[in-house]
Amino acid sequence: MVGLSAINPQFLYVCAGIFLFAIGLWGTWLHAHYVRKIISLNVMGAGVFLTLIAVAYRGEHLPPDPVPHALVLTGIVVAVSATALALVIIRRLEDATDE
Amino acid sequence: MNLLDGLWGVLDLLLVAVLLLLAMAAVLSSDRRRSMMLFIVFGLVLALVWARLHAPDIALAEAAIGAGLGGALLMATLRRDTHQQTDQFPQHPVVLWGVGVLVMVLGTAIAWGLFSVLPTVEQTWRKGAAVDAQLAFSGVSHPVTAVLLNFRAWDTLLELAVLLAAIFGIRALGYVRSAYVTEVAFSQLAVWLVPLLILMAGYVLWAGAHSPGGAFQAGALLAGAGILLRLAGYSHAGLPTTRWLVRLGLVAGTGVFLLVGLGLLGWGQGFLHYPIAYAKWWILLIEMLATVSIGMTLTLAFMGGIPQKEAA
Repeated sequence: MVGLSAINPQFLYVCAGIFLFAIGLWGTWLHAHYVRKIISLNVMGAGVFLTLIAVAYRGEHLPPDPVPHALVLTGIVVAVSATALALVIIRRLEDATDE
Repeated sequence: MNLLDGLWGVLDLLLVAVLLLLAMAAVLSSDRRRSMMLFIVFGLVLALVWARLHAPDIALAEAAIGAGLGGALLMATLRRDTHQQTDQFPQHPVVLWGVGVLVMVLGTAIAWGLFSVLPTVEQTWRKGAAVDAQLAFSGVSHPVTAVLLNFRAWDTLLELAVLLAAIFGIRALGYVRSAYVTEVAFSQLAVWLVPLLILMAGYVLWAGAHSPGGAFQAGALLAGAGILLRLAGYSHAGLPTTRWLVRLGLVAGTGVFLLVGLGLLGWGQGFLHYPIAYAKWWILLIEMLATVSIGMTLTLAFMGGIPQKEAA
């Protein structure tokens, strides 16, 4: 138990964020289908958000930094609107190929 | 105390392990439908991670926008006629592994760079203390809302503009064939869930002034109501049937934000520098209209463009 508590949560979550970024980059790069590229791109974005929020985290007893929080909140909405546009373009593309 | 810290350590490891495994499974799965499901679950686990890292605003937004709406948008691309869509990697396995090694090297390089500058963060770009010092003059008592609508209002204005640009793009593409099935069972659900969602949106919006919440989370709840109505068979998803009203609703958030900014500039206050006494009311007005615009934009995004009747 004592050994586990020695892990700095900030370190752990920053590493997790960067790993997510790497997985997402891999998928965006290699997937052939556009929808899968979009999912991977969103995993990549989640990695960036996680890294930012982990940096904003200042331990159990201090309030976190609100500026990266506001940035990530903005980022989530921008990401979902870009995803929505991309998915509609993909649907149009598929409809056009069917005809 | 020590035992509790140890428990947090176990919880952190568990959360990170589940998160990373879900992300890998979502990216690697060959079944497209399963990949989407895993991505939605990934978003929900991510919401837990945000809550763990003391970011309740982001947890709310992630659960509603990231996992909820993102998932709904993804599922809308699935075709009704085919049951399983498989995605195989066209590349040779050597290429797959090679790129895997490459991205991991890149990730390690980023981590190395980040951890070498991280100790200086506290002195250089940390703005938390500045936000706390100015919070009393912002018109709201929740720091994240203060940053979004006052200190960094520019960012939020431009974000609403991005949302507007995305919906312009979607509407420019015209009508998209709907891929989802209208469920009669949903109409009963909609009867009591839609009023509840609207009520919740109002509460979350109001609560944003002093606690986690705000326009984005409230807008996502409204969009949830819209999507539910669309699935229950209402072709306009509760949106106005007149075109100019839809357009007005879509631009209301960005438009009023911009007008308030320019008005204050004309008043001699500087762009989006609210007078302290009225800051709360300006913020509330902007947030209310932004909520309507965000809700309408996301609902229309799910519908994939102009409803058929309107297009005709």
